[in-house]
Amino acid sequence: MVTVLYFARLRESLGKSSEQIALPTTVRDLEGLRALLIARGGTWEEELAPGRPVRAAVNQAMAHGDTQIADGDEVAFFPPVTGG
Amino acid sequence: MAVRIQTADFDVGAEIAALRRDNPKVGAVASFIGVVRDVNEGGAVAEMTLEHYPGMTEKAIEEIVIQAKARWDILDALVVHRVGTLKPTDPIVLVVVTGSHRGEAFAACEFIMDYLKTRAPFWKKEQTPQGTRWVDARATDDIAAERWRLKG
Repeated sequence: MVTVLYFARLRESLGKSSEQIALPTTVRDLEGLRALLIARGGTWEEELAPGRPVRAAVNQAMAHGDTQIADGDEVAFFPPVTGG
Repeated sequence: MAVRIQTADFDVGAEIAALRRDNPKVGAVASFIGVVRDVNEGGAVAEMTLEHYPGMTEKAIEEIVIQAKARWDILDALVVHRVGTLKPTDPIVLVVVTGSHRGEAFAACEFIMDYLKTRAPFWKKEQTPQGTRWVDARATDDIAAERWRLKG
């Protein structure tokens, strides 16, 4: 299982702030997890579609599509940051 | 090095005094204070709410300060960032850098702020007369952070 967190606009539009996901053996990286979520269709597909401004972190460090993920990891999806 | 995320306001004088206390090596203190404005992207802003990613926020800012320390000869740095509901004129972020000389302190302070804008996981949501809206990231912030790759 991985813990997946959603923040800001994504948290609101997807309607949840976190969930536990059992990783299929075919999903090994962030891009794979994103594809799994997109396959849910509807808002998931709209918000996470390729080209949408979505950033991600794995274990609280900024990550890219090819960042590996494994059981026990904490993954987060969010819009580009706007602090300061 | 200290990094704090808090809802409460900060006392700039007290923060600076604490950072440079009893350290006679400090010859320069550079500070930056970010403040909430009443207008953004052409619309009036009544108040804003700042959300962040607890845990990652602190790590991301600490990493930025570590990079600044590796790059410039500075003595110490402090970052205080507020979250929660803020109104125009409220202070939102404080960066203080101490060093022996002003050049390094100024540069490190600006670097920390530029990197914070593009790497620390905060998100602003504004309340306007037309309703609430999430603030979009600015390309100019990416450019501001990117220019440090060429310098130093």
